[in-house]
Amino acid sequence: MAVNIRKLPRKKYVMPGNAACPGCPETMGFRYLGMALGEKAVVVIPAGCSSVIQGLWPRQGWGLPVLNIVFAAGAAAASGLARALRRRGVDAQVVVWAGDGGTADIGLQALSAAAERGEDIIYICVDNEAYMNTGIQRSGLTPYGAWTTTTHRGKSEFKKPLPQIVAAHRVPYVATASVGYPWDFIAKLRKAASIRGFKYIHLHAPCPVGWRFDPGLTAKIAQLAVETGMWILYEYENGRLRLNPPSNRLVDPSKRKPIEEYIKLQGRFRHLKPEDIEKLRQEVEMNWREITAMLKLQEELERQEKA
Amino acid sequence: MPVLTSMRGNDAIAYAVKLARVEVVAAYPITPQTIVVEKIDELIARGEMDADMIHVESEHSALAAAYGAAAGGARAFTATSSHGLAYMYEMLWWTAASRIPLVMAIITRALGPPWNIHVEHADIMSTRDTGWLIAMAENNQEALDLALMMFRVTEDPRVYLPGIVGLDGFILSHTVEPLELPDQETVDEFLPPRRQPYVMEPGEPKAMGNLVPDEYFEELRMDMHQSLSRARQVIMEAGRDYGKLTGRSYESLVECYRCSDADVVIAGIGSWMGDAKIAADVLREKGIRAGVLRLRWVRPFPWEEVRESAIGKKLVVVLDRSVSFGHAGPLFLEISSALEARPSMVGVLAGVGGVDISYEDIARIVEHVYSMAEERGRVYIPAYWYHLGKFHPMPPYEPAFLVPQELPKGE
Repeated sequence: MAVNIRKLPRKKYVMPGNAACPGCPETMGFRYLGMALGEKAVVVIPAGCSSVIQGLWPRQGWGLPVLNIVFAAGAAAASGLARALRRRGVDAQVVVWAGDGGTADIGLQALSAAAERGEDIIYICVDNEAYMNTGIQRSGLTPYGAWTTTTHRGKSEFKKPLPQIVAAHRVPYVATASVGYPWDFIAKLRKAASIRGFKYIHLHAPCPVGWRFDPGLTAKIAQLAVETGMWILYEYENGRLRLNPPSNRLVDPSKRKPIEEYIKLQGRFRHLKPEDIEKLRQEVEMNWREITAMLKLQEELERQEKA
Repeated sequence: MPVLTSMRGNDAIAYAVKLARVEVVAAYPITPQTIVVEKIDELIARGEMDADMIHVESEHSALAAAYGAAAGGARAFTATSSHGLAYMYEMLWWTAASRIPLVMAIITRALGPPWNIHVEHADIMSTRDTGWLIAMAENNQEALDLALMMFRVTEDPRVYLPGIVGLDGFILSHTVEPLELPDQETVDEFLPPRRQPYVMEPGEPKAMGNLVPDEYFEELRMDMHQSLSRARQVIMEAGRDYGKLTGRSYESLVECYRCSDADVVIAGIGSWMGDAKIAADVLREKGIRAGVLRLRWVRPFPWEEVRESAIGKKLVVVLDRSVSFGHAGPLFLEISSALEARPSMVGVLAGVGGVDISYEDIARIVEHVYSMAEERGRVYIPAYWYHLGKFHPMPPYEPAFLVPQELPKGE
């Protein structure tokens, strides 16, 4: 599973001069996608930042074949495409590259159905935690307290637990990833590509424009999300949950950095009161409790089965 | 050898899909379309048909999945009706403007509320502006034949647009009629393997549907418009070839029944035009020389054929089974726009929501408006609603307003 950076292909699938904002996490993620899957990938992109990053025809910012599609239809269009390519005997990996809105909100129905049907696709949610393409409006994956142009006083609800929702469909592979940990993401993509059936990867993607931070800090903020325990790297393989480095050691709360380190760098959290930060901290605790409880239960069951 | 058999309209569509060697079918059940999906699944299960069936969770996904499959180079099909069509509306645009050949059957049905599962043309008429070819069957044989033709026309390099085959809910979809099922060899001879402008392939970077400058966007729209116009020729060729192979020719975009010497032309689409033909016979016995102009194709609009059949007549009665609220029946507007030297014209709205209209009703309608036209010399009534034997003039077309003397008279 380990990825040797020196052995990664040199070919780049994100073209210079694309229309991405400076510090864009989606171009980082897409580059890793190309490194992991290379010429095998055929990408389906529902409406979102990545539809725009491609740039205006006749220029094209993505170096992979891209089927653009309407907002709600990512998983459905990919299902048809994957079936057609397989029927034609073409060796390809169809990948949906969708934003958080296209995944957790408008696209959830098609995603759930494709998962239930076990379509042979990789669905990647590039989660920048709001509708960034239309100008920073709240989505179902915007975290608690975050300012957006439709939550001026800060969002009052928590993030939808999407990886767990997809995992509840009992698909063969669900993983979380972060643009701050390319080797982890690339390894997960390669593993997903080796599995037949529906695969889901939730890629955390800090957006400098929408989150209000310096574009030079994208990778750093992505890493801080993991180091503070606000974003947990794990994977479900055939229903078996496993924490991944560098989240492994963070089961111990004392190993986590204080969440303030993550929050203070972002303008979207500037207005937070101490009680809001406390609420966020509680959410982090709750997420970890859920994960550790499941790990413990899993361990216990496996021990019993062996006995 | 072709087989003489009998089947429901929906089964006829399913067999056309099988004979066309469709590779991917994506559909969601909706009354009265359900049988199409069930039948196709049955044919696949029995090993009579080799295709992938994607059981999607909604019509939006049905057309998206069929579109994805077509973009991946497979011959694809879907079918829907009424609310299902409304739900996939966004994808209609996306498919057509992507220039992706694809065939869809629409089993016509009213849209609620109140709930109504019966025939109405509101659903199919709402697709007119989306860039799809639209054909409308009169009977089950034609539903099958038009579906087969549609694959060939949509995949022709002069067209490269998706196409809709419409058939009336329950009246055709659930009614068993005798029909001739062509054999596979004949269909293979008629329908070459799929062609399409571009296919999504791994290792070939290309983008479909990305952003373009506005000028190119407009050019693409102009090109779609031109392709639909070119489709006219392609349809005639395909119809002629189909006739050579099966004996049933669909060379014309319209069907004219006793039109040539008619004073009154009854125009419309769909299965009730069969009743209109009987009504024409009845009217002729009563001394009114009536004929029927049935539009087999709504898009491309058979402009020339309509002009040939309508200009110079005393009266054209357009029967519409749906309404463009606040104006008139959509078909009336279409036909009226094609005639600059207008004869007397009356748009009759009838049978909306599946209200039964018999050939007697149609004869009564025509008799009534014909005598009115005779009396006044000239009439122009865009929206005259016939409901349970009574006529209701629809505002803003007040009777006094309806005889504008300044309008040029037809020859």
